[in-house]
Amino acid sequence: MSKQIPIAVAVWSLLTLIPAPSQANPPNSAPDTMEARVQACTICHGDEGKGTNDVYFPRLAGKPAGYLYNQLLAFRTGRRHYPPMNYLLEFLPEPYLKAMAEYFAEQHPPLPAIAPPEVSQGVLAHGQGLVTHGDAARSIPACASCHGASLTGMEPAIPGLLGLRPAYVSAQLGAWRYGTRTAKAPDCMQVVAGHLTEDDVKAVAAWLSSLPAPANASPAPKGTYTLPFDCGSQPN
Amino acid sequence: MLKVKILVGLLALAGAVPIALVVVSKQTAAQAQEQKSVAPASTISKGEYLARAGDCIACHTAPEGKLFAGGRAMPTPFGTLYTSNITPDPETGIGRWTAEEFYGMMHTGRSRDGGLIYPAMPFASYTKVTREDSDAIYAYLKSVEPVKQLNRPHDLSFPYNNRSLILGWRTLFFSEGEYQPDPSKSAEWNRGAYLVEGLGHCGMCHTPINALGGNSQSDAFKGGLIPMQNWYAPSLTSNKEAGLGDWTIEDISDLLRTGVSKRGAVYGPMAEVTYNSLQYLSDEDTRAMAVYLKGIAQDAAPDVAQPSVPPSEGSLLMSLGKTVYDQRCDSCHGAQGEGAPPHYPPLAGNQSIQMQSAVNAIRMVLNGGYPPGTAGNPMPYGMPPFAGVLSDNEVAAVVTYIRTSWGNRGAAISASEANQLRSAQLN
Repeated sequence: MSKQIPIAVAVWSLLTLIPAPSQANPPNSAPDTMEARVQACTICHGDEGKGTNDVYFPRLAGKPAGYLYNQLLAFRTGRRHYPPMNYLLEFLPEPYLKAMAEYFAEQHPPLPAIAPPEVSQGVLAHGQGLVTHGDAARSIPACASCHGASLTGMEPAIPGLLGLRPAYVSAQLGAWRYGTRTAKAPDCMQVVAGHLTEDDVKAVAAWLSSLPAPANASPAPKGTYTLPFDCGSQPN
Repeated sequence: MLKVKILVGLLALAGAVPIALVVVSKQTAAQAQEQKSVAPASTISKGEYLARAGDCIACHTAPEGKLFAGGRAMPTPFGTLYTSNITPDPETGIGRWTAEEFYGMMHTGRSRDGGLIYPAMPFASYTKVTREDSDAIYAYLKSVEPVKQLNRPHDLSFPYNNRSLILGWRTLFFSEGEYQPDPSKSAEWNRGAYLVEGLGHCGMCHTPINALGGNSQSDAFKGGLIPMQNWYAPSLTSNKEAGLGDWTIEDISDLLRTGVSKRGAVYGPMAEVTYNSLQYLSDEDTRAMAVYLKGIAQDAAPDVAQPSVPPSEGSLLMSLGKTVYDQRCDSCHGAQGEGAPPHYPPLAGNQSIQMQSAVNAIRMVLNGGYPPGTAGNPMPYGMPPFAGVLSDNEVAAVVTYIRTSWGNRGAAISASEANQLRSAQLN
């Protein structure tokens, strides 16, 4: 390749006076882009990973690359169990999974329109309380204490919580509670979710999905704040 | 290597300073003893290469587990087997085995204590491996990090938990013996045969497996449905299936080693083989395998696959199939099924979608898939899974369309065939 590129450039510079061919790719060749390579992902996760109408397929766009990479690894080994994902990733090498994670982290399509909440104001208020203040009496930290005051996460591995539907957030919190979703020890999310009741989960999921997009939806830079406890996925 | 250097250094020192000789000679004797069991680096690296060719890692390393420490669950129709620890740990691995005992196990399918090994371990293929190659693999396995991890007992249902049944299986399906070169063929063909029939253990999937879990010699490489996984391993001898008779050596070699080629790509269980094993083989060896595989393919007038639906339904499927194809498939695979090889496989003339068994084509439409990421193709293109967006009728229609268009000689399939594979085990 390294030899071919300078030659190609030289040929191009010779051809500058000649009208350029209309197509960048020769006919019958796959476009050399990540977008083309991840079509197997975007059919469920939406173009650019922006999510689709299916409530269980999460938005990937703009999540921190480290978080997405950790999830891809967890699906590849089967630690996160979802057979269609486990199957797709089983024989993909780590550098490629990293490139996929970076691709989706760099996409910033607008957040989806907010659906009107299907729960009462009381439930929303309970959710808001847990998200912003937690419940010290029950050892529940505020979601915001790790996922950021704007809930957009922190580099490299703490995901933002906005743009997700309540069904997806509930399913994930449920999976943490029951131990079917795990992460590297110390598995902080499993500890936190273990303190939540089903009503808490419902309320948190409803409140998060009712929030509008912030002006800057990007995750905070690494080290912007200190986590209240140790987390295997994101060492302090 | 480091130990060898230290030893040489000590010997040099001993020669120059005779007073130190007694002390040093004691050390060297101890080290020499240890040294005796460590094979030369060249043997170890040859063994590593051959262990790749035998794909030992795929079964003997568990997901997120330590290299070669075993414990991987192998679901079979008879129950679940757990693979063994083949690290050099003396208590739980093969640390106490001799090279002789290791060869005995590879060659006869009997463990060190004489016990019969379940034939999930492909000893019916490994019996063809030479003593020299077995010794190199042994030397390599002795060089990896020892892991103390007890083997997990198998979980087999009655009556398959009775090991003496293996005797019967062996009588039917096992013939012991190293590979015997065919003097009428080239050295390259023989090398390919040795790898395909021996370490490669290709027959484990590509030879039909009967109800007793055995491969019959007379049906070698004739293809079959892989139990539990529900993928069809096509015949390697029939050009109607994956017979490679009309492929170029380069295309076969590319497919084996990089996972993609101008003619097609590997997915599912074969992706595993390329990912863990074939991508590490030399050009010469994949070429030799290609020469052998091309050689065993028999030219035969292609049969027309038998449709499982009546003709009237078939024509309805074709018209719906074209609609689905134009909407979902055309942008990559082209209006004429020409694809954009190697990344978008061609569908016109693609044997793997025309076989009597439509299992693989249906599964690819339902579940999509990535070819393996290899040194030769590090960022493969993925086929999207359509299970969530196409109905059983649409899946049957589009599979029927690609099986019968552009001169393809496959047959129509029914919606119920598509539906059955929605519940197939994925990995």
